[in-house]
Amino acid sequence: MGTEESFDTVIEPGRGMKHYWAELWQYRGLFYFLAWRDILVRYKQTVIGVAWSVIKPLLTMVVLTVVFGKLARLPSGGVPYPILVFAAMLPWQMFSSTLMASSNSLVGNTNLLSKVYFPRLIVPSSTAIVSLVDFAVSFVILAGLMVWYRHAVTWRILALPLFILLAMITALGFGYLFSALNVRYRDFRHMVPFMVQFGLYISPVGFSTQVVPENWRLAYSINPMVGVIDGFRWALLGKGFGFYLPGFLLSVAFTVLIFWLGLTYFRRLERTFADVI
Amino acid sequence: MTTVIKVENLSKRYIIGHRREASYGTLRDSLTEGGKGLARRLLHPFRSSAGHAFTGMPDTEEFWALKGISFDVQQGDRIGILGRNGAGKTTLLKVLSRITEPTEGRASIRGRISSLLEVGTGFHPELTGRENIFLNGAILGMGREEIRGKFDEIVAFAEVEKFLDTPVKRYSSGMYVRLAFAVAAHLEPEILVVDEVLAVGDAAFQKKCLGKMEDVSREGRTILFVSHNMGAIRNLCRKAIWLHGGILKKLGPVEQVISDYLLDSQGPMAISLDQRRDRKGTGDLRCENIGFYGRDGREVQAFTSGQTARIVFHFRNRSGNDLRNVHLSIGIDDQAGQRITLLDSEVVGQNASLSAAGDHRLEVTVDRLPLIPGRYGFTVYCAVNGEVADWIQNAGSFEVISGPFFDTGKMPPPGQGNFLLDCTFRHLEPDDRSDG
Repeated sequence: MGTEESFDTVIEPGRGMKHYWAELWQYRGLFYFLAWRDILVRYKQTVIGVAWSVIKPLLTMVVLTVVFGKLARLPSGGVPYPILVFAAMLPWQMFSSTLMASSNSLVGNTNLLSKVYFPRLIVPSSTAIVSLVDFAVSFVILAGLMVWYRHAVTWRILALPLFILLAMITALGFGYLFSALNVRYRDFRHMVPFMVQFGLYISPVGFSTQVVPENWRLAYSINPMVGVIDGFRWALLGKGFGFYLPGFLLSVAFTVLIFWLGLTYFRRLERTFADVI
Repeated sequence: MTTVIKVENLSKRYIIGHRREASYGTLRDSLTEGGKGLARRLLHPFRSSAGHAFTGMPDTEEFWALKGISFDVQQGDRIGILGRNGAGKTTLLKVLSRITEPTEGRASIRGRISSLLEVGTGFHPELTGRENIFLNGAILGMGREEIRGKFDEIVAFAEVEKFLDTPVKRYSSGMYVRLAFAVAAHLEPEILVVDEVLAVGDAAFQKKCLGKMEDVSREGRTILFVSHNMGAIRNLCRKAIWLHGGILKKLGPVEQVISDYLLDSQGPMAISLDQRRDRKGTGDLRCENIGFYGRDGREVQAFTSGQTARIVFHFRNRSGNDLRNVHLSIGIDDQAGQRITLLDSEVVGQNASLSAAGDHRLEVTVDRLPLIPGRYGFTVYCAVNGEVADWIQNAGSFEVISGPFFDTGKMPPPGQGNFLLDCTFRHLEPDDRSDG
C-alpha cells in the first residue's frame, strides 16, 4: 500500500492501533483534566467538604479497632491497635475506592465515549488520581496518630511508594476488567461494591496476618492485598512485622497477572465500547 | 490539491437485539443464551451451530448503517452531508472520528481531525463556566496552554463574562449552548467534523456560529458538516454528499445535491390548515388547505427559481352570502423571518368575488420565480370589504431550488441577497450616447 504511508491515520476494522502507547501519552492532558474534574466535583455542594475524607477513614478505623482489637482481642504485634488498623486502612481505602470508581468510570462517562475519540484507557486510569489525593489526606491522619502514640518510623518508610504502586496496579487491573465488563453487563455495577465489602474482611485490614495459621499463610497471600498490607505494616510499623517473602512474591505475581488480564481484556473490547454502551 | 480524507468502501454493521429493551445485555442474558447453546449442542451434537449458539440467532438482526461508501475529500473542501434520519450521517462521522470502528473498508485521514458531534460533550453541571472551558477543551483535544491562550476569546464569543464562576447547572440553556459552542469553535484542527450542532441556540447565535465556521473554512481547513438545515449547508458548503439508507446516493456541487435530495425525499408540500386555531378574523371565509404547483400544472415538492410557481388556496365560504371584494394577500418571509415580499390581490387589482356556495379555489401565479434557493415561510391574509376574514401567521413554508432563472443556468453564490433580478450588461461604445 504505497499511498497508505502518507496518511496520518488509517481507520480499518480490527486495526490494532500501532501507536497505542504513544497516543496514550499524547492524551495525558485529558487524563489530568478528568482526574481534576473528579476531584473538583467530589466535594461540591457538600457542607463539610474535604472533611469527609478525614471522617470516613477515622470512623472505619474506630469501628475496626473496637471489633477486632477490643472485642475479639486479636494480637496487635506490639503496636497500638488503632495504628495497626490505620496502616492497613490506607492501602485498603486506596485500593477499594480506585476499584469502585474505575469500574463505574466507563458507564459514568457514556456521553464522552459515544461522542469523542480518545484512548479509553484514560477513563478508568484517571480515577486513581482521586484515590491518591484521599490517600494523602489519610496519610496525614496516620502521621498524627503515630505522633500521638509516639511511634517512630524507620528508614523502611522509603519502601512505601513501592507498595502504593502495587496497590494501584492491583486496583487498576481489576478496574480495567470490571469497567469493560460493566459496559456490556451492568451486573458488575452491583457486584463490585459487594466484592469490596467482602474483601475488607478477607484482607488483613482489621487484624494482623499473624493471626492466620502458619501453614495457610502462603495460600492467604493469593489475595494480592495481603502483600500490599503486609508491606505497608512492615514499612510503617517496623519490628513486629517481619516480611514474609514467599507470600509477598505470590501477591506480586498475582497482581501482575490481574493487571495483564485486565489490560488485555480492556484493549480487546475497547473498540466496541461506543457501540455497546 | 491534496486528498485529506480518502474513504474506500466503508461499511458499518450493527447487530440489533429484538428481545432486549436496552442495547446492553445483562450477564443473565449471556448466561442463559450460553446455556441454551450448550443445551442445543448436547441435544443435537451433530447439528452445526455455526457460531449462532451464543448469539441466540432469532433474537438479533443485522443492520447496515453504512454500506460501501467511497469518496475523497480535498484539502479546504467544505462538504455538507444530507439525508433523512437513519441514513447513516452520524455513523459516518463517528467512524471518521474514530469513535466507532467500521465493519469493512477503510478511511485514511491526513492531519488532525476534531469532531463536534454534540455541543458541550463532557460539560459537568457542577463545575463553573471557567472550569468547564478547560475540561471541554481538553476533551476536544486542546492542550492546556492552547486553552489558556484562547480563554478570553472563548469567553467573549460566548458572552458569559459575568457568569464565569457560576456552575453551569445554573446557566440558561442559551448560555450553556453558547459557551459550549464557543469552546468548540476555537478548536484549530485541520479537519473539522460537525454534526447537527447548530440546531440549538437562538437565530442570532446560530448566525454567529455559521459565521465562525465560515471563518474557519476560509483559513483553508476542511469541514464535514451534517445538518437538516438546508440554508446552513448552502451557506457553508460548496459540495454535498447525500446518504440514503447507508448508501452514498450522490456527491456533487451543493445546490445540485440539495435539489435532488429535496425532490426525492419530500412528499408534495401541500399544507392543511383546518386544524389551525391560531388564526384571526371573522371566519366568514376560511382557508382550509394550500397546494403548490409548478410549470405544467403538476403538484411539486419544491419550486424552482426561474420557473412558474402557482399556489392554490382552498377557501370555504361560511358566511352564507355572496362575498365581494375578497382581498387575498400572501406575505413571504426568508429563513431569518424577515418579510421579503408580499403577493397582494388588491395591489394588482385582482380581488375576487365568491358565491355563497361553499368551496372556492383562489390561485396566485408567479411566472418566473425570482427567489434564490432556500426555504421560505409565508403568512396568509384574507379580507372581505376591508374586514379581516382569515389571517394565519406562519401558515407554512415552501422550498425553492436552483433553476434556470438566467439563461446561463447559473446562480449567484449563497449569501448574496434574496432576489434574482433581470438585468443586462453591455459595453458602451465611446460614441454611444444612450447613457444620456
